[in-house]
Amino acid sequence: MSILADIFSATILFMIPLLLVALGGMFSERSGVVNIALEGIMIIGALCSCLFLRALDDSGFGPAHPQTAMFLAIVVAALTGAVFALLLAFASVNLKADQTIGGTALNMFAPAFAIVLTWAIQGQGQTTILIPTWSRITQETLGVAVKQNFWQAFLFKSFYQTTIWAVFLFVIAAVVLYKTRFGLRLRSCGEHPQAADSVGVNVYRMRYAGVFISGMLGGIGGLAYTLAAGSAFQSTVAGYGFLALAVMIFGNWKPLNILGASLFFALFKILSSYSGSIPFLPKFENIKASEYIYLMLPYIVTMIVLILTSKKSRAPKAEGIPYDKGRR
Amino acid sequence: MNDYVIEMLNITKEFPGIRANDDITLRLRRGEIHALLGENGAGKSTLMSVLFGLYQPEKGVIKKDGKIVRIKDPNDANALNIGMVHQHFKLVEVFTVLENIILGVEPQKMGFLEKKEARKRVVELSERYGLKIDPDAVIENISVGMQQRVEILKMLYRDNDILIFDEPTAVLTPQEIDELMHIMRSFAAEGKSILFITHKLNEIMAVADRCTVLRKGKCIGTVDVKDTDKTKLSRMMVGRDVEFVVSKDDARPEDTVLDVQNLTVPSKLHKNNAVKNVSFQVRAGEIVCLAGIEGNGQTEFVYALTGLERPSAGEITLKGEPIVRIAARREKQKASSLPKARTTLMPIRQRSKLGMSHIPEDRQKFGLVLDYTLEENLVLQRYWEPAFQKNGFIKKPAVRQYAEKLIKQYDIRSGQGPVTSARSMSGGNQQKAIVAREIDKNPDLLVAVQPTRGLDVGAIEYIHKQLVAARDNGKAVFLVSLELDEVMNVSDRILVMYEGEIVGEFDPKVTTVEELGLYMAGAKRQSAERTVH
Repeated sequence: MSILADIFSATILFMIPLLLVALGGMFSERSGVVNIALEGIMIIGALCSCLFLRALDDSGFGPAHPQTAMFLAIVVAALTGAVFALLLAFASVNLKADQTIGGTALNMFAPAFAIVLTWAIQGQGQTTILIPTWSRITQETLGVAVKQNFWQAFLFKSFYQTTIWAVFLFVIAAVVLYKTRFGLRLRSCGEHPQAADSVGVNVYRMRYAGVFISGMLGGIGGLAYTLAAGSAFQSTVAGYGFLALAVMIFGNWKPLNILGASLFFALFKILSSYSGSIPFLPKFENIKASEYIYLMLPYIVTMIVLILTSKKSRAPKAEGIPYDKGRR
Repeated sequence: MNDYVIEMLNITKEFPGIRANDDITLRLRRGEIHALLGENGAGKSTLMSVLFGLYQPEKGVIKKDGKIVRIKDPNDANALNIGMVHQHFKLVEVFTVLENIILGVEPQKMGFLEKKEARKRVVELSERYGLKIDPDAVIENISVGMQQRVEILKMLYRDNDILIFDEPTAVLTPQEIDELMHIMRSFAAEGKSILFITHKLNEIMAVADRCTVLRKGKCIGTVDVKDTDKTKLSRMMVGRDVEFVVSKDDARPEDTVLDVQNLTVPSKLHKNNAVKNVSFQVRAGEIVCLAGIEGNGQTEFVYALTGLERPSAGEITLKGEPIVRIAARREKQKASSLPKARTTLMPIRQRSKLGMSHIPEDRQKFGLVLDYTLEENLVLQRYWEPAFQKNGFIKKPAVRQYAEKLIKQYDIRSGQGPVTSARSMSGGNQQKAIVAREIDKNPDLLVAVQPTRGLDVGAIEYIHKQLVAARDNGKAVFLVSLELDEVMNVSDRILVMYEGEIVGEFDPKVTTVEELGLYMAGAKRQSAERTVH
């Protein structure tokens, strides 16, 4: 049973960053801005929040109030991610730059900046920022007695505050997008900005808002990834920003579908890394380097699913096109 | 007492290379329908965009109820109760009707959208004015006519009492036009003031109280409609006398150029066939017109003829060469003694080279590459010819020279000549560019689908003359039109299509508009064995 708990627990853990970042991408693209910079935004959010956690650990505040410190770190990740994303908004809204190129530039900038800053603070060659161990939520944090059962193994194996927030943010994101005035206006800007403009919606402002929200969610997603990936930040998020883009497309730019898509991706990712320890999976022992077969699995399945669903997939109509009032 | 609700005084608006509005003054009375008449590109839309806050004029002032106002954006216009139905609808395609109506003025409750009351109000308005809509339908699934009703409801929902209609009838069927006229009159009777942009004289005579005429960005004058007539108005608009009826000699048809046999085309909208077993011929030196109410299979027929869609059965021959031949499905019983028939579908480029020209229905979708320049668009059907390329490189000077020749010959007006972006040109001049390109390649068969849709009388006269000239040069002309006036004036032979079938063939000299109307509506049909003239 414990292996099943492990798999479920790890799946949730890896699903959280995908979900958050894909939702972020959704907000940006629904407003009409292609956000390819999610990878860079994740890195910046993770970098700043990890440095913040280190600082709190050194000052003694962290060990004393671990979950308050974690909450503050999440806020830091959201704000820094959002500020970084504003660069994209500025380039694509004010300067009417090509959004793909702008995003790529940010993606190249972010890891380099992360390394420079890490060195500057921790000294030459110190490229990893260790995450304090108190950041995890354990039985002790909640005052629950430790038991060796399935539920506790599932819940507390790797439980972080980001998971709680992700669930919360998912609900908020879905409600905001479909049930509020802001959501209606945001979606109209991604579909037909001229129509939005003609009824007095400020397209530029809505696009700034969309990108800003995607920066917040992307930043938190960066922190969530770093927590999931190991004990330290190493100036990378291993392509999860791009994976989140695939999740968003697979999820057809809709919150509930994105939830399903991120679960799907995470499950296959975990399946591949646990493939050795699941007894009923075939092992292909007569094939050389057979371990890669399972590692390829998530990507192969993605391709197949995208081929099958691509006909129904519908991107926001005006995404990627800088809005220009004068154009007919 | 000042009875003008809106006064636009001495408005001047310039764009790069063109002065769209030059010192124009327009006064709108309370409760009147005021038509704004002008050729394509005369500056009507620009003037209305200034009033609606989409453009800022360089000179001039706008007064509302005698007070000077500044309209910086549509919000300001809305605050002054000015609403506008744009020529190209401003509707979000994936939203519902209700969402489109409330967008920008959404009612809220505790931060959430409150659609219930909005729906009640929309349904109320739609019933009161007879504007039939389904509030939960998604825009991309409803007809153009209903989309326009949504646009009108958008204005009513905002309590606008100055209503601007930018060429509202261009996209409507005749029945829908009558309905719209009726609705406009009821608005005026309620004290709403209407500005109505059009270039259709019949409509002005039917509903408008007064009419302001623009020509090439200048204001020609404002007249009372009851003191004028169509001839006077068209003279004001074009600056010369316009012939409403094209003068032409009798046709002298020669050899058959186009031969259609038993053509059937499936529909993309429903399970039935859009075109059912259609056969006819077009000969050199005659204009054959396919008439009918929109949506009776004309579009699908043209798609199959020009190669944009694949028919499911039938045969089309152009100058004796099969361009479409669909092999019949193998019969159940083995007909092995017969040679196996092969399906032929000639690619579009080859059809074009063989002598087919196509003036498409949707000029922006199939006629032009909107972000190309005018000269690039003009050479689009022949850039591969040795005259225009060498070893795969385009000969720019030759293209420029050719474009300049066509621009001069066909009087295509644009801001910057050959290098103007096609998107920035007016609809009439876009159409002229297509006509120039398609006629100048000297086709044997000219397929013209609604070539005058949305054009003013001057441009219509011009295009009709071109069609007749092509006929007199011995070309076969196949015209598809929804306008009965055009059908009667231009064609030598009329075919009426109803629900995908040709239900009658007529000689325009003998038949009447009323008779055609009966066949178009499906009330009458000729027997299967048609009389051949």
